Amino acid sequence: MALLEIKNLHVEVDGKQILNGLSLAVEKGQIAAIMGPNGSGKSTLAHVLAGKADYEVTSGQVLFNGEDLLAMSPDERAAKGMFLAFQYPLEIPGVATMTFLRTALNAQRKKRGEEELSPPDFNRRVFDVAAKLEIDRDMLRRGVNVGFSGGEKKRNEVLQMALLEPKLCVLDETDSGLDIDALKVVAEGVNRLRSPERSFVLITHYQRLLNYIIPDVVHVLSRGRIARSGGKELAHELEARGYAQYQEELAS
Amino acid sequence: MPAVQETVDQVRRIDVDQYKYGFETLIESDKAPRGLNDDVIRFISAKKNEPQWMLDWRLEAYRRWQTMREPTWAKVHYPPIDYQDLYYYSAPKKKDGPKSLDEIDPEILETYRKLGIPLREQEVLLGVQRPAGDDADGEGQTNGKRVAVDAVFDSVSVATTFKEELGKAGVLFMPISEALQEHPELVKKYLGTVVPVTDNFFATLNSAVFSDGSFVYVPPGVRCPMELSTYFRINERNTGQFERTLIIADKGSYVSYLEGCTAPSRDENQLHAAVVELIALDDAEIKYSTIQNWYPGDREGKGGVYNFVTKRGDCRGARSKISWTQLETGSAITWKYPSCILRGDDSRGEFYSIAISNGHQQVDSGTKMLHLGKNTISRIISKGIAAGKSQNTYRGLVSAHRKAKNARNFTNCDSLLIGEKCGAHTVPYIEAKNSSAVIEHEATTSKISEDTLFYCMQRGLSQEEAVALVVNGFVKDVLQTLPMEFAVEAQKLISVSLEGSVG
Repeated sequence: MALLEIKNLHVEVDGKQILNGLSLAVEKGQIAAIMGPNGSGKSTLAHVLAGKADYEVTSGQVLFNGEDLLAMSPDERAAKGMFLAFQYPLEIPGVATMTFLRTALNAQRKKRGEEELSPPDFNRRVFDVAAKLEIDRDMLRRGVNVGFSGGEKKRNEVLQMALLEPKLCVLDETDSGLDIDALKVVAEGVNRLRSPERSFVLITHYQRLLNYIIPDVVHVLSRGRIARSGGKELAHELEARGYAQYQEELAS
Repeated sequence: MPAVQETVDQVRRIDVDQYKYGFETLIESDKAPRGLNDDVIRFISAKKNEPQWMLDWRLEAYRRWQTMREPTWAKVHYPPIDYQDLYYYSAPKKKDGPKSLDEIDPEILETYRKLGIPLREQEVLLGVQRPAGDDADGEGQTNGKRVAVDAVFDSVSVATTFKEELGKAGVLFMPISEALQEHPELVKKYLGTVVPVTDNFFATLNSAVFSDGSFVYVPPGVRCPMELSTYFRINERNTGQFERTLIIADKGSYVSYLEGCTAPSRDENQLHAAVVELIALDDAEIKYSTIQNWYPGDREGKGGVYNFVTKRGDCRGARSKISWTQLETGSAITWKYPSCILRGDDSRGEFYSIAISNGHQQVDSGTKMLHLGKNTISRIISKGIAAGKSQNTYRGLVSAHRKAKNARNFTNCDSLLIGEKCGAHTVPYIEAKNSSAVIEHEATTSKISEDTLFYCMQRGLSQEEAVALVVNGFVKDVLQTLPMEFAVEAQKLISVSLEGSVG
């Protein structure tokens, strides 16, 4: 059974059809890249999976570990192992990053009926992961994402991902706004989390990220559905030839 | 003739919506007849065995009050109050108390636990009789720090803890009715010197009918060895609560004082018109913290406490300091402006406020900083949070008088809106009568964005947990000024008062 199974998904935003019969399966342990031009529905897919309001699913089904994902609230999805790394992480003034991490982790553990982590255990885990991501402790004391650079915000997303240990990580344009050094740090962070038990959906416009995180499969999204699927070489082909052909194929 | 109520030894829970403290305690009580006239005032004064000058003072206030009109300038709306329909005095009857906590209804204990009152104080509040000398067992400690509590039930003070130990340090902490017996000269010297009898409609009414409250005197050079705390509760139906608090910090002394307030849930509105006067002499410091959680009314806006309170501190001496910190989550209507008169040269006034309104609550609150002395400094940090259909107004006055050379003020006034149907308003008044004064005012209004909530929920927080987290971040600067042991309690209260604020 695939970890994530999307069947014939139709989604509207403000009455406008964005996803148009999208079907996709992501196997356990698989890294799937979803590439596509602007406006093809990439971010919509990410937000629908995470449960953001204002996206109306008009038909179709999403199964996560065999369960009806769309019936769950965003926090329930999170507790079940769904993680979305945001393209634009939000700032929360006055809430220290450490506090945010602890609140989030304990909220998830509580929902799963697990014990809360003791403060020393929690601190050890955070400091350990933070060090690998080159996040210094001062940053952990600052307000969530407040005054962080673009690279720091993305590293903070990976830090949360590592700490929360999700089953499925959806990365929404994580490479946008990153210079090459920051991109490497983020990619290494993601690669460390690869495991047979964990799947990834990398949503990206460019092939660049895929030089550092090698996908198992590449799907091309165009006009709200998967236009083509292939191996990692498909990304190179897209880089060379652009998305134009898919838009024409669908239009004809 | 005192009316007698039925005694029912259980706590009855009324439909309380989100309000967790809406229980009524049915106890026998002594009441004055309904309504207000000279005889009722004489009755109150006689009950307290007051000296003649005190009775005269009250009667004078009452005569004055009859010529005054209720103020209408605040941004709050409520039907006219019938002042002749209220009871102005109600006291629980003294009975033999239970011998230990085991004999008390577990539900009452549970309720006190929810109120956040330390166990030792619970015993005192419940009237548990303990053998003498059994006091020092440390149960009254919260996080290793002891807190002395004065509990005011309706009109009278029912218990004051740690009195003996405070006495050793020379600190007087007692009901004001007792202070009138034991230290009349101190009361006479300071009462009404910060909030004069004629000050305003509600303060004048209070002067006529106040029945109890706390009195604190800290002698010169003494640092009060523990937090002092008063716990106010309105219990009786149709009873106004008019407490009077007087705190005097003599030269070079320090005291930190905390008040907490709750009331039962009732359909009719209850009136609370308190007066608090603080006096800081040379080099003295008073820190006054409030956690106000009166019943705010139900979902439809029915019931709730009308909170018309006059609080003022006088930095009478040079280099004195008064700081107000308040967390306001309750009351149907809040009309409250804890102020500082910066009379002494180099004196300092601070006001830190978190005012949360939800449902149909109306808050009109803020502060006045009156700079009279040279080099006086004031600081105002106000955080207003409006949710539901509530209206939340900050109203503040900063005034630098002619002789207040180099007066300085900094004001920061932030509002946070949750949802579409609430309102936040900021009404600052600034007067500078000399050219050396520096007055700064910053204000922001923001909304909790759907995106921020979604971000938190994606990480596993429920919607309410997400709102509470964002709000706690918003008010962090002010929470930090609360005494440690109450900051945690305050944080919980914020979450509770915002329940049902979204969606």
